[in-house]
Order: sequence, then structure tokens, then C-alpha cells
Amino acid sequence: MALKLADYKTDVHNDWCPGCGDFGIVNAIQMALAEMGVQRDKTTIFSGIGCSGKTSHFINTYGIHTLHGRVLTFAQGAKIANPEMTVIAVGGDGDGLGIGAGHFVAAGRRNVDMTYIIFDNGVYGLTKGQASPTLKLGEKTKSLPSPNTNFNVNPIGLAVASGFTFVARGYSYDVKHLKDLIIQAVKHKGLSFLDVLQPCPTYNDINTRDWYAGSDLLDEAQKRHSRIYKLEEQGYDPIVHYNSISEVNEKLSQSLIKSLEWDTKIPTGVFYKNELISPYTQRLKDKIPNYYENPPAKQNISQNGKPITDISAILDSLQV
Amino acid sequence: MSITDFTWLIGGPQGSGVESGANIFSKVCAAMGYQIFGKREFYSNIKGEHSYFTVRICDKKINSNVNDVTLMVSFDAETIFRHYDEVVSGGGIIYDLDLEKSKTDDVHTLDGPFKERLHKELESKNKPFTIAGVLEIAKEKGVTIYPVSFKSILATLAEETENPRLRGLVRMFNVIGVALSLGLVKMPPDSLKKTIGDIFAKKPEIAKINQETANYSYNYAIATFESFNHLLTGTEKKPDTILVQGFQGTALGKMACGCRMQPYYPITPASDESEFLESNEILEVNGDRLGSTAVIQCEDEISAMGMTIGAVLTGTRSSTCTSGPGFALMAEMLGWAGMNEVPVVITNYQRSGPSTGLPTRHGQDDLLFAIYAGHGDFPKIVYASGDIEESFYDTGNVFNYAEIFQVPVIHMMDKFHASSVITCKRFDPQKITINRGKLLEKVEDGYKRFAFTDDGISPRSRLGIDNGIFWSTGDESDEFGHITEDPILRVKMMDKRMSRLDLILKEIPESQQAVSFGVEDYTIISWGSAKGPILDAIDMLKKEGISIGYIQLKLMHPFPAEYVTSLLKDAKIIIDIEANQSGQLGKLFKQNVSRDVDYFILKYSGRAMTSTEVYDSLKKVVENKSGKREILIHGA
Repeated sequence: MALKLADYKTDVHNDWCPGCGDFGIVNAIQMALAEMGVQRDKTTIFSGIGCSGKTSHFINTYGIHTLHGRVLTFAQGAKIANPEMTVIAVGGDGDGLGIGAGHFVAAGRRNVDMTYIIFDNGVYGLTKGQASPTLKLGEKTKSLPSPNTNFNVNPIGLAVASGFTFVARGYSYDVKHLKDLIIQAVKHKGLSFLDVLQPCPTYNDINTRDWYAGSDLLDEAQKRHSRIYKLEEQGYDPIVHYNSISEVNEKLSQSLIKSLEWDTKIPTGVFYKNELISPYTQRLKDKIPNYYENPPAKQNISQNGKPITDISAILDSLQV
Repeated sequence: MSITDFTWLIGGPQGSGVESGANIFSKVCAAMGYQIFGKREFYSNIKGEHSYFTVRICDKKINSNVNDVTLMVSFDAETIFRHYDEVVSGGGIIYDLDLEKSKTDDVHTLDGPFKERLHKELESKNKPFTIAGVLEIAKEKGVTIYPVSFKSILATLAEETENPRLRGLVRMFNVIGVALSLGLVKMPPDSLKKTIGDIFAKKPEIAKINQETANYSYNYAIATFESFNHLLTGTEKKPDTILVQGFQGTALGKMACGCRMQPYYPITPASDESEFLESNEILEVNGDRLGSTAVIQCEDEISAMGMTIGAVLTGTRSSTCTSGPGFALMAEMLGWAGMNEVPVVITNYQRSGPSTGLPTRHGQDDLLFAIYAGHGDFPKIVYASGDIEESFYDTGNVFNYAEIFQVPVIHMMDKFHASSVITCKRFDPQKITINRGKLLEKVEDGYKRFAFTDDGISPRSRLGIDNGIFWSTGDESDEFGHITEDPILRVKMMDKRMSRLDLILKEIPESQQAVSFGVEDYTIISWGSAKGPILDAIDMLKKEGISIGYIQLKLMHPFPAEYVTSLLKDAKIIIDIEANQSGQLGKLFKQNVSRDVDYFILKYSGRAMTSTEVYDSLKKVVENKSGKREILIHGA
């Protein structure tokens, strides 16, 4: 029986603030899962801590709500143990780029075949609005006692530099586009990263929905121009087509340059995509030939309560 | 026939082949039927600092090292400066003649405090601060010295075998030292040749050059050395004996009991276990296709723990292996595992703390930390193995405990275990049982991961199985695993989780909670690797007609208070022996058993206990000559 969008929703009460950008993201995830028709019990959503951390409870698949900054570690462990599963990890920008930045970089190097979505709003919402890693230096949101004293992290640039093989940005109020990006990210063979711009209506009074819509940017005709634009509409080609240093370097460099655009023009869409880098599971298969058929989660370890692993060859080598 | 009890010591700069020398020596002796207890000591350093290996050889089962060295072999000055006084009267020192004039100041790795003590000793005996000076002291004590020019051995051998490369091959010094030693004790030469052949089986050329060097040096010792009081000519070989390194016990246990994923972060002395698992990652499985262990090197211990939990959530038996500093980083995750009833196993090879402490040295420093690690109340098991043989079977048990009770288990090992090499009975995997508790293969509709049940343990689904969807959260949750802040549900959930502590004490057999080696007026309580020195010391005292009891605690948390109380009811004096400064077991004991420890025998110098020093301090206790705290300090 084909599953409907409603099948991917739980009836858990959602207590996000009215107007929160997170709604768009969770809707887009559910829509993407429904459109792909993924099997619910072959899918796990891992989440971090904070408002975005509750996401896993709203989606009717396996859902693991983990610890602050650590979501990627749980998710990678599960995916490596059971590579059959579709794994999506979600978390805030403070979670992934502040406390979890070390795991973010290490995950890029590993390139485990899964998707990581950051809910990027520039503030720590659930602790009442402190500056998060993507807030610009010198900016003062209404909840900050004084302007932000830290330089901001560039999530797209960091992802590309860390080795993520699919790097994209979405906007939480463009749910259809975001849903398409999520589908591409999940289908990507390797670690995909989605930076989702997500206004926090309660604490971030700078990067608001109106700001993204460019209400402060009026042209001569008093017409406003959205800051957000789509890379794919500008003929931007994010894909590494063949395995040569010059091709890779060119695609990496252009994505880094694009990642620096902000202020009046903010690119969304796919910045970088390289499927020529082997996913971590493939690297394991190179060492363990039957890894995909018999991964850790599938292995038989006992019969009638007794071990079936035969360690006698090792014991023989120790025998005196 | 007199009993052989012989200790051989080899020392040299880190990276000079001390360990492989000891490996050859131990294998030869084991092959000739002897029981072995070897231990490696080394600095936190890659090359140059002093490392040494003591190998005790006996024709009966031994469980520890002793203070006395029977024969020492050294190709560097530092080993002689540091260990000359450990060699007993009637013992021997084989050393490199070219070192005789070396002064203490020539050895840059001799640190200040040690040099000061040595100079004081030499001054008091009116000896020069040289190798010749310390050797004179040894000779006066009755030690026979065997000077050999290691260089000339190589030079002659180079000529005889027409292999000029050999002349400068100082990395053969270790093999020369081993072969000279074996020649001196008249060990039959065939097993030396065979052992070298086995070790270098994949590199026949290296095997050949080592065998030639060994053969020449062995014959040199036979022809040149004056006779030695102690001979090792072989003894009756016990069947089914293995020569095993400390970390191999838990590693082999993990393979056998079905641990299929081990994320880890490198740390001494724990990484050897993970590396051994990875070196043997493909597993033979009876009646099935090949199995495997996915060993994942992580970016830190937090990640190692997170990945392990992730793997366990898929129903995989998975563990991580670490030491104190790494375990400290895992504490928050441990609470998550406790909250979510995740049966994760952490093997903790303790070392000397606090902080970086003595990173390559021994300590049982983390008992109380392991018990209390993590914020908030949640159930966990802390379990301690006493020796390498036990650790194999205990590994099977701790995975069962984790899955039966759905709690994290911390399996306490330590550096003494990790860097010991012993002979013991071949491990028998069929003595391990595998009990996966309430792990589900099929899930019915309306599944609740954290359902209330009579015994407080819910049937356990796993990520990716049909119909088994559940949620987990570090927040307090309802039966489905969704967040709740309801006060009534909170209390119910807390009590459900914590009820497991009683269940654990009820269900784990008493024989796995604590082991009684007899209860006497004077009875020892201890845990972990202190077991070996204690057993041997008790044995020594028994020969003098002194009986000492000993209770080895294995289930450290929840503490088996009732059982321990009943065991100790006839003990008049309680002696706590462990390798930390504050007597952590003693505190735990007092808290749970409401009884004071009468004497503490503690060691926190970073070196493992020897049975000699445990014997000495027990004797002081029995003779009423001991203070409340006896502090052991033997070992360079």
C-alpha cells in the first residue's frame, strides 16, 4: 500500500513558536520522504538538542533524539552498523557548528552515506537567544545584551573544506525547493549537507522572514527584491564530472566563492556535488568484502545461546 | 627436584627491540613447558627513553612478578644504572663491555630525581658514578657479571657469514641479548631457532639473519661464560597452554561473544585492543558466511561512544575501549545510554591519573569515577576482571548483562593487565553463553519501546526492523520514547529504570559478583589486577603457616553488599589492597557494608604490584608492625 504524506507524521504536539522556520523544514522532510516513498521502518531521523532536536518526534520513522553537538556520531554509528537504512541527521547551527564542529569536520572526512540538515537561524533559541556560530560579528539581535563578539562560521565553506560530497542550502519558507533539495541530498551517494536558513521569529530580529524577502532592499520603483536566489537558475554547475585535480579544484573553488555571498544576494541550491569520492561504507567493503550483505547489524552471532564465531585459528597461533 | 622460579629482565631505549626480545624469550620458555608472567614498563615516549621487560619463569602456575631479578641482560647503560640493585645474590648480569666506562652524566635520559638517589648510593659505597661502579656493588653482593662486547659479536659474525651489513646492525643487540641469556641458562637451542622462525615466518631473510645471530651468540655464551647457578633446561609442558597478552583477553572475548563493531579513539593503554580487533577483522563463523568486526577510528572519545550507541541501537553488539581521560569524555553519553536503556559496553583499561597522570603507567584509579560517571540517577553496571584469563570469559558475561538488563556496562581493566604477557589455559569459547535478553526479532503492532513491564525491562526493538519503530530521547520520555515532563510519569519512569539495580543483584549469580579464596581472621578485599600479586603473596605466606583470606570483588556496581557482608562475617581484620592513593574500594566497602577497613595496602607509583611487596606488607600487618596505610613503591 502506498504511503501518504500523513503516514510520515506523528501526532506528537508541536510546541515550536508560531511562525517558526522549523515548521517548513519538518514539512519538507516529511514531503520528501513521502515523495520518495521510503519505507518508514528502514529510516531513522537522528536529531541534536534544541528546538530542532524535537524534529525526530514529529516524523513517523525511527527517531533518535540525541545530545547537544553529537548527533552525527550516533547517526554514523547506526548507518555503519546497518547500511541498509536511510539516515537523516538534523540539528541547529549551534549544535552542529559550535559544540559539534569537531564531529562536523570528521564526518566530512568519513563521507558516510547519509544526510545532515542544519537548521540555521543564528541564535540559540531554547536557551533564550544567545549568539550562535552563524551570527555575524558585531550583530546584535534583540536578545543579546551587547553585539556579538565572534566571527561567524561559513557552513557551506566548512562543509566543502571538510570533505562533504554534497553541499547545498535551502530556505525554510521555500518548502517545495527545500523538499527537492532533501530528495537530492538523500539520494546522493555519500555524506550530504543541507544548510537551511530558518528565521527564528522570537530571538533573531535581524535575519527575519522580511529581511530574507528583501523588504529593506527597495529598488527605484519601490519594488523589493528577495535576497534569496537559486543557483540552478543561474546556470551554476555544482557537479564534479570527472576525476581530475583541476576539475575537483575548480568545483571546490567556485562553491567556496559562492558560499561567501551574503548581504544582498544569498544563493540557495546545490553548491557542490562529487560522487567520485567513495562513501565510508564502500571503504569498509574494500576491507571486508561481504560488508554490504552481512553488515554488523545482520550478523548471526550465536546458536542455541552459544557462540558460533570460530576464533580457533587465533588461539592456535597463541598456543605454546 | 627444586622448583624453578626465575626472573629475567631485559632493558634498553624505547624502540631498540626490548619488547620483541622479551617476546622471543617468553615464547622459547613457554615452548619449553614453563609458566610465564611477563610485564612491560615504558615511558610516554616513542624513541630513546628507558623501557624494560621482566619475564618470570616458573614450572608452576604464577600470577605476578617478584622483586628479585635472577638474570639481567642489557645493551645500554641506563638499564644497568636503573636495575643493577634488583639482581639477587647468585644472579647474573650480562652486559655490553663497551659500556663499562659510561658515567651517569653520559646517560641523558636518567632523570634528576633518580640520578640524585643513585649518586647518593654510590657515594655511600665509595664507588665512581659509572657502570663499573654499580657493577662493583653488584659483584660485592654476589652477582656474577658477564661482560660481552656486542659489537665484536656482530663483527665476528659478519666475517663468518660473509655478510658485512651485519657489522653495524645494532638492532640485532636484542637477539644477541636473548641468545646469550638462553645460552647461559643452557636452554636447549632448538626452540630458540624455531621460535625465531615462527615469529618471522613471513620474512624468511630476516628470520635467517636473526637465527644466525642467535645461534652464534648462544654458542658464544656456552663456550665463554662461566657457569651459572640457575638453569632453564625445560620442564613438563602442560597441554592447551597459550601465551597471551593482556589486551588479547578482552579482544578475543569480544570476537567470540559477537561484538561486531568497535568505534574507538587512540589512547594508551587501550588502543592495542582495538588494533588487535582490526587486525583480525574478518571472522570465521561456524555454519555461516564470514563475519566481521567494523573497527572505526573516531575523532575523539565522544564520537567513539556516540557511534557505539548508534550501532547498539541497530541491535549490533558493539563496544568501545578507552582509558581514564577518554572515559571522562564519555560521561554525558553514558547518561544518555542509561536514560535510553541502551546496552553498550565500555572496556576501560585504566591508567594512572589524575589528568594525563602517568600515561603509560598502571593505576586502578577510576573505580569511583566509573561508578558515579554521568549526571543524574541512572542504572549501570561496573564490572572488574582480575586477570587476563578471567577477562576473556567476563567479556562474554558483560555483553549479556548489558543486554539482559538493558544498561550500559563499564568493564574495568587496567594497564597492568594490558601490558602483561602470561601463559594460561587456552580460552574455551564454548564456556561463553550468549543471552540477548529481550531483544526482538519480530515486533507486534502498537509497540512501545519503554513499555512498563513486571520486571521493569521492556522488549527491545532495533533500528531498521519491520514494524519496530520507536523513539529515544535524552529527555524524560513516555513509553513510546516521546518527550514528557509529566511529574507522575517521570517518577514512574525513573523508578522503572532504577529498579534494575536490585534486579541485577538478584539475577547475576553470586559466583560472578565476588569470588572467595577463603576467609580467615585476616582477610583481604580487593578488585581487578591486584589479584595476581595477592594470590602469590597468600601462597608464600601459607608456606610459613600464615593463612590470609581473600575476597575478590567483580561486580563493583551495584555493590553486592549483602553477599559481601555474609562472606566476611568471620573475618576479624579487613585489609584493602588496590592500586590507587585513596583506597577507593575501601570507601565503597564502608559505604555499602558499614564496616571499616583495618589496613590499606596501596600502590600508586604507576608500577604494578609485585607479590614480594604484597607479601612483605601482609606480613607486617599480621605481625602487628604495619601502619594503617602501607604504600608500595617497588619498580623502576
